[in-house]
Amino acid sequence: MDFTFTPEQDALREQARAFLAANPEPSWKELAELGWTGVSIAEEDGGAGLTFVEEAVLLEELGRALYRGPFFSTVAVTLPALPDDLRAEVAAGETSWTLAFGPLVPDLDTADRVAIVGGDGIYELEGAEREILSTTDETRPVGVVRGGDPGRRLADSGVLEEIRNRTLAALAIEACGVARRALEFGIEHASTREQFGKPIGVYQAVSHPLADAYTRLELARSLSLWAAWCVAENDEQAPIAAAAAKAFAAEAAVQVCETAIQVHGGIGFTWEHVLQRLYKRALWIESFSASSSTLRAEVAAALLDATPAASGFVQTPVSLTQGG
Amino acid sequence: MDLRDTADEAAFRGELRSWIEENLPAELQGHRGGAARFEGEAMRGWSRALHEAGYAGLTWPTEYGGSGASYTHQAIFLEEMARAEAPPHVGVIGLGMAGPTIMAHGSEEQKARYLEPILSADEIWCQGFSEPGAGSDLAAVRTSARQKNGHFVVDGQKVWSSFAHLASFCILLTRSDPESKRHAGLTYLIVDMHAPGVDVRPLTQITGEAEFNEIFFDGVEVPAENLLGEIGGGWQVAMTTLLHERGTLGFALQAALAVQVRKLAALARDRGADPLQRDRIAREWIEVQALRFTNYRALSKLVKTGVPGPEGSISKLVWSEANQRVTKLALELLGPDAALAEENAPYGGYWQHQQLRSRGNTIEAGTSEVLRNIVAERVLGLPKSR
Repeated sequence: MDFTFTPEQDALREQARAFLAANPEPSWKELAELGWTGVSIAEEDGGAGLTFVEEAVLLEELGRALYRGPFFSTVAVTLPALPDDLRAEVAAGETSWTLAFGPLVPDLDTADRVAIVGGDGIYELEGAEREILSTTDETRPVGVVRGGDPGRRLADSGVLEEIRNRTLAALAIEACGVARRALEFGIEHASTREQFGKPIGVYQAVSHPLADAYTRLELARSLSLWAAWCVAENDEQAPIAAAAAKAFAAEAAVQVCETAIQVHGGIGFTWEHVLQRLYKRALWIESFSASSSTLRAEVAAALLDATPAASGFVQTPVSLTQGG
Repeated sequence: MDLRDTADEAAFRGELRSWIEENLPAELQGHRGGAARFEGEAMRGWSRALHEAGYAGLTWPTEYGGSGASYTHQAIFLEEMARAEAPPHVGVIGLGMAGPTIMAHGSEEQKARYLEPILSADEIWCQGFSEPGAGSDLAAVRTSARQKNGHFVVDGQKVWSSFAHLASFCILLTRSDPESKRHAGLTYLIVDMHAPGVDVRPLTQITGEAEFNEIFFDGVEVPAENLLGEIGGGWQVAMTTLLHERGTLGFALQAALAVQVRKLAALARDRGADPLQRDRIAREWIEVQALRFTNYRALSKLVKTGVPGPEGSISKLVWSEANQRVTKLALELLGPDAALAEENAPYGGYWQHQQLRSRGNTIEAGTSEVLRNIVAERVLGLPKSR
């Protein structure tokens, strides 16, 4: 058993953090040049032939940097549905994708092409009209597609379970990146802001909520990395790990952001401070795909209700759409 | 990153699992806690069997009679023991605290005299640290050790001492310099619990059982060779003890919590749970997984670098609060039956007992308030509150 990152994975994280600090709004092409769009794509298709664990490293850093772009919708969501030639285009940075699996389509403002679930397959959607809907998190618009026709058949709908697991695990680890940065702001402020002649972090009414925020974040990160590893290894626990990670990490990120805002006092409540953006991203993650309580209902069903098989928990994929 | 057991770990786990199945006496399986389980010959026999199979003092060096195994094996051992609901070796304090402290600070004579009987369960140890006026603030200890005619004379009172009523020896933190303050002037002694002037009185707790004791010392003569470390250097020795107390403890706790959640789910299947209760059961299942993988992360870092990761510092805090919620939720599932005393209650009163016992979890071995201070100051680097 080894639950540490390799030196290469650590180096990838350092590279990502440094790059995103210097380039907060990278283009799709720039991400491709770094090799990020093709991390898990096979080497013969121009990718790096790595796994979802490396993609999780990037997703965590992208969350931390409040990245805006189609990385989530392309890499976490649509990639399993793409045939090899289209994967090669993704690795080369020529196209980005999103998948319409519910009424609200992620990253529709930036993704080049759209796939859609229909019947027993996933197809490219051609000639559809896109309407972009602004969201509370200004950096994460969604959209709706209208009309259009199914074009090339990309994959069987059997791939939806993998898509579901990747989506939930990606949102979970992204939430950890958001929460980490919010916690760092909270610690920094509590260490430097003085009131009554002392840094406010000496008061346990301030430090203990931060200790709790750290605790929730570390637990969330353990679940998210477990889920990422299960996805990478196609482990039988992937469905329940992904559900558990998303349910826990999204709530944890919201809570950590709320603690950081409270610790900051008035400044934490202003538009000017980046905390409000981290908070809105955390809330977006919590709402997207499936809420924490919906996912816990899945977990409860797996634990408490009679299931045909004793091994593995979730037998049927969770519907990614909440309405229909 | 590979979350599966290695071939070596899987072999160790498999052998251990079959060994427990074959050797654990039925009457000891599924104990519900409490002090009484440590009394009697069956527990000594079980402890001796663990020793003979090489499972006692798993991480102790072979030169001291241990197995020299890795922390990973120790973690697997704790997981499997909890999974099988097997009671621990009776020498909890000796194996986990006194033994490692003697190895680190003891003389060759002390190592030769004390270590082997800990493993074989021939001698049980207890810990004399806390006092009525020194709980979380351990540096306030007042129990005195005066030097007189080549030995120490100990006077004072210790409290919350598990196993004291069974123990042969006590690791005792004393103040040897009456003029000293705080961390200076403390001396660490090994005290014979059968020496004249030692008086052990059980403390009946909220469950009606007596797991802890008060120990009174009235002019107890302790030979000079029972000094551990230096005169006045007791604080450093005590820190070694506490470091080991919190070492791989997280694995035992997490595995025990996993068993509780498994029982909680079984209870819900037996008696039904409404949607809100189902949500909370799912929460607790998720929290146990989170705790388990957090422990794995800390352990992996310990194995790779020799230094445990900071994640490990939250284990006991998370476990104690989760165990309180789980046991309370179980009572809720029992409905009106939750009020029944154990002889009338479902499952022999298991959950009623567990719920009351769990209130101690956030107090013993570091209160949640102290643990949050540790996280805030040592992990997050916030300014010290005192």
